[in-house]
Amino acid sequence: MSSTIEELKAIATPVVVDARGVSCPGPILAAKKQIGGVPVGNVMEVLATDSGTLKDIPAWCKKMGHDFLGSFEEAGSIHLFLRKAK
Amino acid sequence: MAKKTIIVFSGDYDRVMAAFIIANGAAAMDDEVTMFFTFWGLAALRKTDGVAAPDAKKSGLQKAFSAMLPKNAEKLGLSKFNFGGAGRSMMKRVMKAENVMTVAELIETAREQDIKLIACTMSMDVLGIGKEELIDGIEYAGVATYLGEADESNVNLFI
Repeated sequence: MSSTIEELKAIATPVVVDARGVSCPGPILAAKKQIGGVPVGNVMEVLATDSGTLKDIPAWCKKMGHDFLGSFEEAGSIHLFLRKAK
Repeated sequence: MAKKTIIVFSGDYDRVMAAFIIANGAAAMDDEVTMFFTFWGLAALRKTDGVAAPDAKKSGLQKAFSAMLPKNAEKLGLSKFNFGGAGRSMMKRVMKAENVMTVAELIETAREQDIKLIACTMSMDVLGIGKEELIDGIEYAGVATYLGEADESNVNLFI
């Protein structure tokens, strides 16, 4: 189940992981590094430019047990949202 | 938590890079990862400052093998288009421009993520590689250790 772009943009203060300009496996390494500091139930946003992250972050979420909320692309950046579930 | 085991037999820069990308990806997905380095793959674990084991302990052939092996991970050749190292330099230039991690950086990240690195002692003897030539904090073992780890693993790769 994925949220609309408007819903994603409306999420107030997510923790933002900036992995723009970094290639695979950089974005998931960055996500892994930051998720520890996110309280359960909170949203984390991953910014990336590597198009592989569109598939990789959902796969990472599935494996890690977090809820992938959706993504959108804007001004050359990919914005991916996930809710820490455990 | 699942476990992944990877045998790094190849000493090609590109293959070793693939092995470390998979290993780091798995560790970032909370998997336990063990990498077992044997034969040409051992060159990837050599120290960057080029420490050589005392030659006195090595036979003539071991000295020759040891001298001919790449000095460290960043000196490994490509499996294709190497052109005596020129190809590797060109690829590394593109990798830098594209922000792709080098093998040395991937090894550093692997250590930060507590990936277990094991050197095969039999191949070390064959190739004349001493423990003092390899990076610190790795383990030394043989085939039974690898098989024991592989038994507990759900993905096993030979690269």
